[in-house]
Formats: sequence, structure tokens, C-alpha cells
Amino acid sequence: MIHRYKLGGLNIVLDACSGSVHVVDDIAYELIGIFEEKSREEAISELSARFSVPENEVGECWDQIAQLRDEGRLFTPDTFEPMAGELKSRTSGVVKALCLHVAHTCNLNCSYCFASQGKYHGDRALMSFEVGRQALDFLVAHSGSRRNLEVDFFGGEPLMNFDVVKRLTAYARSIEKEAGKNFRFTLTTNGMLIDDDVIDFANREMSNVVLSLDGRKEIHDRFRVDYAGQGSFDRIVPKFQKLVAARGGKNYYMRGTFTHANPDFLEDIKVMLGLGFNELSMEPVVCASDDPSALTDEDIGIVLDQYERLAELMKKRREEGKPFTFYHYMIDLTGGPCIYKRVSGCGSGTEYMAVTPWGDLYPCHQFVGEEKFLLGNVWDGVTNTAVRDEFASCNVYAREECRDCWAKLYCSGGCAANAYHATGSIRGVYEKGCVLFKKRIECAIMLEAAKMLEEEEE
Amino acid sequence: MKHIKTLTAKTLCESAKNGGCGECQTSCQSACKTSCGIANQQCENKAQKASK
Repeated sequence: MIHRYKLGGLNIVLDACSGSVHVVDDIAYELIGIFEEKSREEAISELSARFSVPENEVGECWDQIAQLRDEGRLFTPDTFEPMAGELKSRTSGVVKALCLHVAHTCNLNCSYCFASQGKYHGDRALMSFEVGRQALDFLVAHSGSRRNLEVDFFGGEPLMNFDVVKRLTAYARSIEKEAGKNFRFTLTTNGMLIDDDVIDFANREMSNVVLSLDGRKEIHDRFRVDYAGQGSFDRIVPKFQKLVAARGGKNYYMRGTFTHANPDFLEDIKVMLGLGFNELSMEPVVCASDDPSALTDEDIGIVLDQYERLAELMKKRREEGKPFTFYHYMIDLTGGPCIYKRVSGCGSGTEYMAVTPWGDLYPCHQFVGEEKFLLGNVWDGVTNTAVRDEFASCNVYAREECRDCWAKLYCSGGCAANAYHATGSIRGVYEKGCVLFKKRIECAIMLEAAKMLEEEEE
Repeated sequence: MKHIKTLTAKTLCESAKNGGCGECQTSCQSACKTSCGIANQQCENKAQKASK
């Protein structure tokens, strides 16, 4: 399966199943498009006339394409289906990442919050140290031979339970060496409670910090307000700037959400850049389709255009020596994830779970509060094996719609939560999400291809 | 004249050789939290990297 597209002045041909990326001239672009439908003679005659070039030149091009096909770099058949369940069955029962919901409460009252102001449609609650410690013990005990364990302090607003966050981190550090593990912590925060103590702690202990900022002040303050209705932009931006300046190059993401109010999210990215942030992520809002903040079909068209403009801006800034990172445009054309990872899906409900303040386990943070997805708890482990098995069987081949999609080895079948919320089934397909995802991958490949070509020229 | 420039060295088929260690980051953990993307994960497999 191949995917051809033109973007950023390049003709790009992606061979979906080998992962090969080719930059081609106009003749090759057209020839690849008809390679499987026409004979060599027909194709050469047609393109020789259309491009006014000698037949032997088109013939040369045809032979190049045939050679790439023979080398397994074009028109590669999909032979990966038998591998789809292999990684998960090989590591069955192994857990390597937990999202700790240390606070089901929040000091902001954002109406678009997928977690319903941090409460996940339940009661306000803080995780005790004892529950958190049990979660970490559960993780270590079930992590098998995995060395790198990921723990995200999440909420609600995790800094509303900062003391427990610090104690859990210290506990994890006290056991990791003997257990032969390496904890990688992430803190996801709205910034309201950041102070020097938080900054020192985060920059010492957190592999990554995810900071929530929606961009333009008026956009940010439209949703991200406190319980008095006051916007939070002016209070959090100086704190974020201080934290990032002190971070010394360690990972962080300035993560925004775009909604019906700002499908033109590139303007928000520009504001983030202007504030001195250059590791950025902007995500489409996750909400019911009848929610006023939901993206409409018209918005999707705007967003697709914004993704292209974002790629142009990144290219320009890179040329000017002022590069920045956009999470979804990070791609490694020389390697990246192996085929096992690509066909096995995201890991929710199997190697990744969310833990509520009272120790219940859910397939991921986006399923918390959906009682039918309750997997078990941190004391007894996973007891609802039917739900776990359902998630374990969720891979790139689990959805008929994905079989003929060129992007399937980049998204691995997509987000189970998005699918569930859009269709009522974790094996459904969230079509709007697919449209956006495909555009992001096209842009990411184009940017990287352009970079590789530039580097070659230098 | 060369009509086609191939940018990728290894193919996904070749990545099966030493792949599947499972040490790489869980997909949306630690970053976006609301959508799935595998492509931007890094390979953590030392054997896999050494064979590149």
C-alpha cells in the first residue's frame, strides 16, 4: 500500500508497510500512481507524451520503481497481522506505566475538561500515601523484566496533593535500585500552585513536565478559569516561564487544547513561542459532539489548514536557527518504533493503567469513572479479566476500517477512548480524529524529509 | 537523472529482527494524554539501535 501526496514543495511517496519514504520528481510521482494498473509500455507512452520527455527516460524511472518494489521498499504487502498479538501475549500481565490520579479535584473550573473539573463524574478525593505506595509496589511487582517504568502524577490538579507526590517519588527512588528499575516520572499541571519548591522538585525528579496553557490570553481565559470565574493566564505564565528557565534542557511540554473557539490554533502556538516556550503540543478537545466546544466539520477544515501552516512555520524557524518542537511532528525516518510496537496498539488496559485516589484500576485515564471498565485495584490486581482481554485484543488489525489505511502503522489503530466516546465501542473508529491524525503524519514526514534533504545539500 | 530519492534506510520488516522488547514509552503517557500516536515514540532497544 502506498500513499502519495504533495506538501511543502515536495512530492512524497510513503510505502506504508515497509515504512519507506521516498521523495520523487513529477514523472516518478505519476508513474508510481499508475504502476500497478498499467503495463510498462502503456505507462511509458502515456507519461512520455504528458511530460514531453524521451521514452527511455520514463523507462529508466519505471525500472527504478520496479527495483524498489523488488527490494521491499515500494508496494510492500502487509504481512504483519500474525505479529499483532505477539508483543502483548509475550508480555501478558506485564504492567509498565501508571497514571496516578493523586487528586480528583482541581483549583480551576474549566468547562471543557474531559475529567469534569477533575472529579471524573465522582466525588472529590485525594490519594493517600498508602494507596500510592501500594500502586508503586503493584507496578514493580507486575513489571516483569521491564526496566523503565513510567509514572504520571495526574489529576485533577496533582499539586493539590503535592506532599503525597513528593513522598511517593521518594519512596519509588528508595526501591528502584534494588528492584532493578528506573522510574520516569511526569507531572501534568495547570500551574496555579507552582512555586520554588515545586520547581526544584520537578526539575530534579520529573523526566517530563506537562504544562497546560491554551495560547492566547483570551482563548486561555475563556475556559481555564478559577471558581470565581477569573482567568488564570496572568497567574500561571510567569510561573511556567520560571520553571522552564530553571529546567536546564530537561523535557517539558507546553500543552494546549483547541476547541470550537480556536480552530485557528496556530495563533496560540505563536503566543507560546513569543512567551519563550519551544516544546509544544496542541490537542483537539475531547468532548461530546453536542458540546458547544466540540469541533464542527467546518472547524476540521480550518484545523487541517493550520497543521500545514504550522509545518511551514516550523520549517521557517528551523532555517532561521530558531527551531521548536511540536509533539505530533516528531518522527524518526531512520528508525522509530519497531513493527511489534506499531501493530500492537497503545497499551491501555494492558501495560498501562490509571489508578484512582482510592486505588481502583482503569484501562487509562480517559476511562476513569466509567464503571464498566473497572479492571480491579492495586491490592488485588486485575480481576476483571474480560475487560483486560478486550483491550489486549485491541490492535491495528482489530478494526476493519483500518485495514486499508496507509496511516495504520503510525497510529496503531488509534485511541481506544476516542473510539469509545465517538462510537460506543473501543473497537470503533473516531473518524474526525483519523482525518486530523493523517494530516499530522503527512506534515511530520514532510518536515523531516525536507530536513534530511537540506542536511544532505550542506 | 535519478527520479527517486529514498530517505529511509531500514524497513519495518527489518525492525522485526531485534524488536519487541517493550521498553519504549507507553504511547500517550507523559505527553498528549488525549490521542494515540506511535510514530513519535523513540526506540529504547539497544540491540535494535545497534543494528541500525
